[in-house]
Amino acid sequence: MSTQATGLKRIAIEPVTRVEGHGKVTLLLDENNKIKQARLHIVEFRGFERFVQGRPYWEAPVLVQRLCGICPVSHHLAAAKAMDMVVGVDKLPPTAEKMRRLMHYGQFFQSHALHFFHLVSPDLLFGFDADPAIRNVIGVAKKFPDLAVQGVMMRKYGQELIRATAGKKIHGTGAIPGGINKNLSIEERDFFLKDLDQMIEWSRGALKIAKDYTAENLERLAGFGSFDSNHTSLVREDGAMDIYHGRLRSIDAEGNRIIDDVDYVNYLDYIAEEVRPWSYMKFPFIKSLGPEKGWYRVGPLARINACDFIDTPEAEAERKEFMALTNGKPNNITMAYHWARMIEELHSIEKIQELLHDRDLQGTDLVAKGDMRGEGVGLIEAPRGTLFHHYKVNKDDQITMANLIVSTTNNNEPMNRAVQKVAEDYLSGNEITEGLLNHIEVAIRAYDPCLSCATHAMGRMPLVVELYDAGDTLVDRKVKE
Amino acid sequence: MADNFTFIIDGTEIPARQGQTILKAADEAGIYIPRLCNKDGLEPYGACRVCTVLVNGRPQSACTQPAQPGIIVENDTEELTEMRKQLIEMLFVEGNHFCMFCEKSGNCELQALGYRLGIAAPRFPFMFPQRELDATHPEVFVDRNRCILCGRCVRASRDQDGKNVFQFTGRGIKKRISVNATSRLADTELKSADKAVAACPVGSILKKGVGYAVPIGERIYDHKPIGSDIESKAK
Repeated sequence: MSTQATGLKRIAIEPVTRVEGHGKVTLLLDENNKIKQARLHIVEFRGFERFVQGRPYWEAPVLVQRLCGICPVSHHLAAAKAMDMVVGVDKLPPTAEKMRRLMHYGQFFQSHALHFFHLVSPDLLFGFDADPAIRNVIGVAKKFPDLAVQGVMMRKYGQELIRATAGKKIHGTGAIPGGINKNLSIEERDFFLKDLDQMIEWSRGALKIAKDYTAENLERLAGFGSFDSNHTSLVREDGAMDIYHGRLRSIDAEGNRIIDDVDYVNYLDYIAEEVRPWSYMKFPFIKSLGPEKGWYRVGPLARINACDFIDTPEAEAERKEFMALTNGKPNNITMAYHWARMIEELHSIEKIQELLHDRDLQGTDLVAKGDMRGEGVGLIEAPRGTLFHHYKVNKDDQITMANLIVSTTNNNEPMNRAVQKVAEDYLSGNEITEGLLNHIEVAIRAYDPCLSCATHAMGRMPLVVELYDAGDTLVDRKVKE
Repeated sequence: MADNFTFIIDGTEIPARQGQTILKAADEAGIYIPRLCNKDGLEPYGACRVCTVLVNGRPQSACTQPAQPGIIVENDTEELTEMRKQLIEMLFVEGNHFCMFCEKSGNCELQALGYRLGIAAPRFPFMFPQRELDATHPEVFVDRNRCILCGRCVRASRDQDGKNVFQFTGRGIKKRISVNATSRLADTELKSADKAVAACPVGSILKKGVGYAVPIGERIYDHKPIGSDIESKAK
């Protein structure tokens, strides 16, 4: 990069810490430390779309979920939904759909808890440029032991829900083409009912922290890595937030609908991906607007912005309060992702409560049958945003084509914009310190990216900052273990 | 030789009948000798060597070696367990065995032996061979990535189904299971109910569309290690 950038210095943050997966940030600075270019790079190459080819279609939900160790349920369910279509099933038996939903809400609950309590809270509780020796999950555990324990217990609750629905806490087999392979026993249900009230209470508490933090620091946060953008999400037919199934909706920064009420099977008519030579991650955009203007955000912020209402009472009251901050218009504050995420945390546990009291979960009609179709598309709202799975299957039951657009890919352009914005606002012209560099990571973390959507080395990765001169010679290198 | 006699396995005297193999006599006495290519109802084959025991100090495959009066058999020893582990590990690296998404997981004899013998990770380099998957048959598919060349399908098809659908071709490292047709499984007489399909100990020959229908927790080896059924017969 610095080859054509004569006279510039290059700083690399590699790897970015407290996110899922591996990525790096490069900054190009001139002699006066003015930012010339800032980019988030994805440094891994996966290849799942290629090596799933030739495999029997029913393997996809179990195979492809290996992309990720944090929210494998999203891939498991998106692939299963695509395979429902392949086996000609348009409507699952109620037990099957509700078991899958319980699995998914359990996953939301654990994934959002992990992100908020363990990855993000050090920044919020200690400050973006606090001593990095304290600004980590161990520091949180020492100073705020109750919070650290809540994070662990909430994550555990969600993981146990996944185990009860998928057979294993990570990489289970529950969803199968056309249905599910088990129901929820009364004993399993009662196990979850026991701690339910506690989980609801802690979710309220976490939401309050995120909300109060945003309110107290609004002046600073409003502009932090923020920019106007489009927002994309699945929305239930009646406009409610629905993370398991819905129709595709995209709105612009003012709330005007660009895409609405679209059957996601036709996603290719509306969404395209751009390839840029410096990243392994593609850049999706809304076709009608083109790559320049068509990029969009996904995830908690986009979901709250795009839906008309939330169908659980407490989360709906919180959504209204959230939207009131921006007078009902979409909220484009990057750091508001945390608040939105905790509204979803509360929504998830409200949904879990609703499902646990539903006797359909003890039903025995688990799988529906249909006529083979040869192609299937499955979309789902993963914790990090809209996830697309698309497969073609030949007459011998083998997968011949797979296309995956993972949640974080949708947020590629927004994360790059956030990095650029923070670099310009905070680093440009200043002496570069670790605390300032962490500002960039704070902006990335707001999106809760799963950079490779697979490996996760959170907290234990060393942060390497390298300073190069104009000739790309390493001038300085600092390593934080 | 007397019709009924006894011999010793790991210090225990067990009964046997003339013509019985060491493995068969041990099974009846509730002593588990690990095995892969052997299956009840199929002619002993002695291919995998996992059932190797020491008979009066000499290595012999228990599935083919007849029991004899007074022999001293060593089975559950550190040395033999180590040898069996190496055999299983070599089978793992010689093929492409990805338990994490294999639908046979939990019901697979190779995997179950890995767990029973305490294999944490293979010591040998993976060979990552190029193997083929034949999905042409409407009811059954053959994934040669997971084949361990135990020959159970060959014997079951020939002796129990009377069809000869499966045969070995090639030698040494190039040895493969082939089908009795020009090239495709679809052109054979195989039916999904054939004994040859059920005979596969791994995820190589599978009925289509079954996948992961049995939830984790209800699979054969989810709670009890392989061999528990035999050991439960011990008096």
